[in-house]
Amino acid sequence: MLKGYISPYNATVVQKLLDQGAVLLGKTNLDEFAMGSGSTDGIFGPVRNPWSYSRQYKEKTPPKSSSENEESDWVITGGSSGGSAAAVSSFTCFVALGSDTGGSTRNPAAHCGVVGLKPTYGLISRHGLIPLVNSMDVPGILTRCVDDAAVVLGSLAGHDPKDATTIQDTFKPFELPNLIDVRKLCIGIPKEYHAPGLSSEILALWSKAADLFKDAGAKVIEVSLPHTRYSIVCYHVLCTAEVASNMARFDGLEYGHRADMNKSTESMYAATRREGFNDVVRGRILSGNYFLLKQNYENYFIKAQKVRRLIANDFVKVFGSGVDILLTPTTLSDAVPYMEFIKEDNRTRSAQDDILTQAANMAGLPAISIPTALSKRGLPVGLQFIGHSFQEKQLLTVAKWFEKQVKFPMIQLEEVKRHDCSVFQHQKSVSFL
Amino acid sequence: RAAPHPAPGEGGEGRAYGWLRASTLRSGNAVHPPFASPATAALASWVPVVGLEIHVQISSNSKLFSGSQVQFAAPPNSLVSFFDASLPGTLPVLNRRCVEAAVMTGLALNCSINKKSLFDRKHYFYADLPAGYQITQQRVPIAVNGSLSYSLCIDNKMSQMVTKTVRIKQIQLEQDSGKSLHDDARSQTLVDLNRAGVGLMEVVTEPDMCCGEEAAAAVRELQLILQTLGSSQAIMAEGQLRVDANVSVHHPGEPYGVRTEVKNINSVRFLAKAVDYEIQRQIEELENGGTILNETRSFDSKLGCTIPMRDKEGKQDYRFMPEPNLPPLILYDAKSLPVNMNHQQVVNIDWIRERLPDLPSVKRAKLVELYGILPEHSFTLLNEDGLAEYFENVIKQTQMKPKKVIGWILNDLLSYLKQHALTVKDSPVSSFLLADLLNLLERREISSSAAKQVLEELWKGEGKTPLKIVKEKKLELIQDQKELEQICQSVIDRQEDEVIMMVLGRNQKVLNKLIGLVQRATRGRSNPVLVKQILEKKLSE
Repeated sequence: MLKGYISPYNATVVQKLLDQGAVLLGKTNLDEFAMGSGSTDGIFGPVRNPWSYSRQYKEKTPPKSSSENEESDWVITGGSSGGSAAAVSSFTCFVALGSDTGGSTRNPAAHCGVVGLKPTYGLISRHGLIPLVNSMDVPGILTRCVDDAAVVLGSLAGHDPKDATTIQDTFKPFELPNLIDVRKLCIGIPKEYHAPGLSSEILALWSKAADLFKDAGAKVIEVSLPHTRYSIVCYHVLCTAEVASNMARFDGLEYGHRADMNKSTESMYAATRREGFNDVVRGRILSGNYFLLKQNYENYFIKAQKVRRLIANDFVKVFGSGVDILLTPTTLSDAVPYMEFIKEDNRTRSAQDDILTQAANMAGLPAISIPTALSKRGLPVGLQFIGHSFQEKQLLTVAKWFEKQVKFPMIQLEEVKRHDCSVFQHQKSVSFL
Repeated sequence: RAAPHPAPGEGGEGRAYGWLRASTLRSGNAVHPPFASPATAALASWVPVVGLEIHVQISSNSKLFSGSQVQFAAPPNSLVSFFDASLPGTLPVLNRRCVEAAVMTGLALNCSINKKSLFDRKHYFYADLPAGYQITQQRVPIAVNGSLSYSLCIDNKMSQMVTKTVRIKQIQLEQDSGKSLHDDARSQTLVDLNRAGVGLMEVVTEPDMCCGEEAAAAVRELQLILQTLGSSQAIMAEGQLRVDANVSVHHPGEPYGVRTEVKNINSVRFLAKAVDYEIQRQIEELENGGTILNETRSFDSKLGCTIPMRDKEGKQDYRFMPEPNLPPLILYDAKSLPVNMNHQQVVNIDWIRERLPDLPSVKRAKLVELYGILPEHSFTLLNEDGLAEYFENVIKQTQMKPKKVIGWILNDLLSYLKQHALTVKDSPVSSFLLADLLNLLERREISSSAAKQVLEELWKGEGKTPLKIVKEKKLELIQDQKELEQICQSVIDRQEDEVIMMVLGRNQKVLNKLIGLVQRATRGRSNPVLVKQILEKKLSE
């Protein structure tokens, strides 16, 4: 739909980075209109996880058959901001921007072994972010370490008059302390995040992480977010409804692709939208319009909004009872091979993969995925921290401490020859597992 | 068609419709359409019900949600921001001035202002709606439950005015759409987005009106109110005020009938015509056993009728959804105003209320009280842009009493302006000049007929003062008593018949004729009162 479209203006987040001297290296690939959890449904083709070509993965995962080359074994990045995660992961850049509506920044961050930060809704301007779900979207930040994420956050956060949903309070950029006293912390482990399909590997990792905090003197308790299991269904109603609305502007009239159909305005619209949108997008538009019909509005949209409130209240209760940070897995498993991923359709995949990340968007809370360890297959696994609204400083402080503890290994790409290999020598290859 | 006689005793409700040739209302009479047979005459009373949806363009520098300029008749697509063009990633930012305009208008219409109101998206696909939805206020609008009072003349006589009230259901803020022009010759549609996103207030009335005249009078009063507030210039010809009429008819005591919506009404006059036509059409249709469809009809001003609009298959489901990019609109009053709030972010209802200007009804009452003019005069003064100021300026500069000045304003000045299609602003006769003239009259230096002659000269706008014209045309009143007596005598001498009649019966009419003759003889330079005295004296001799 936006083939050949060049935006005549910069998004606020882009402009802010440029104003701070950032160098734009390029634009990255993603699922079309950010709909997807694999970055496989873009018009430019699927994104490949750089770890597919890492020594760690190749050592642990021999090719399926000797006749096939490695090409068929490559794994997905996760999505929808897979291109950005891959860029950071493969040393193409230090920082990449993504978006996060249901986990689209944290999911690929976990699969690609990088830091993925979802800020609190309303902290960073959405002006220039093509909307998916206006009430849940945030710009996402992907970096190699938590300190970098804090730096980027510092230059992006703050009120934007062009975005009426940003808060008015002045944002004070912060530096993260190197040492913190974990004993003062209370870490919550929400039991509902032991979701069906969670790999035993990740479950074990999650448990180890909890122990890490406990051993350092933090209070680690099990908590309950009882409405977690409704979040996927709720998300799908609200997301498709907003999508149907947000996509209504794409008619080929003012910009973008326009079909070669002149019979009538309506037929031009119909042809343009059929040609310009992929199946995923069209499917969501149809569902969304269904939920917004007068006779369905009360039962679906309003109901979903009420459930959303319940989900958000779960967090309010837990955070109000003294919990500082929640610790959860980010994904159900490590990255799957592309050939396997595409066996299921986009909707099914999204429903499965969003379960652990999606509630934070419902509640507008800040969340961050930290690369924790390599799986048995040699692929990255991340764990997620969820914090109080607008308490990014505390969230990132804890995340940085955790990052230091786990010492996630650097990706070893043959193609990437590093002249500063002395730096590598200091990296412990012993993984957290 | 001859107007039927209303059946005696059939008062009907106050809203019954008087069958008419011209658009006037007779209240209290039941209707008998001329073609109804005597047998069905008793069945035939109808109650028309009219409600209005009035879209008012807010007078502001920029649009409701974006910074592009608001301007009439600019080059196509020259006032379109990224947001207006619905470029992806753009977001709405609420224009404070538009909120203030809506609050002002709500207060002037006696509405309750909702301290919290919400924005919604109304979805439909059309070439002039770039985003595929309009941002409006469907759930909770900014103002509700008000009233609009207006006046009507009974039987076209200005001296009998009656005040009516129509309830205002709500006022909501919403975006205007762009304009699409259909070029059927080339099978193309041209889209101009200059108007897309301009702020509108939609004023929705309850169906309290019963005919075209009421609708027109209500809209006229609303226009005056808006212009007084400055919240809109409300010029229908420039599309700043657009009216859709909802019309239905029913028998007294029965539920309301199916209503139609009439669009494409471009002036207050056409509004009255369109509403009356539609009422007639519905009555005829129902009388002939037909049914009324719940449809939208367009008013054709050339043919003077309503025609069904291009078919929209079935009813539209607008799939309303809250606008997620705009938080609820919170307004404050003196009590609820938070102390540390940035004043640029706050709209204070009480602050606005204190600064409301005098509304037309108040202005009229003041004019009547201050100057002793008749109520209907005050209506005419306010109805014409700038006329009330003109009148007051003349008053300031003349010794003539307001009650006399008003005659010159309404009868002479106004009729001249109308004849030449001029506005008060463009009058070649300024208030200064007119006051000057009236002073001459007041000082009895000229007669009133002479004054009219001078006025005619002044219209030419050649820059001469009244005094100069009087001197040039030798229009001064004859001050010399002897000269006047001579002229009167000569008239008497010539008009023997009249004199005889006068001697016989002191006939006033004849006397006036004689006075008139003297006036003619003096070319208006005689004081009629004096002439009358002289003639009477002479005739009694």
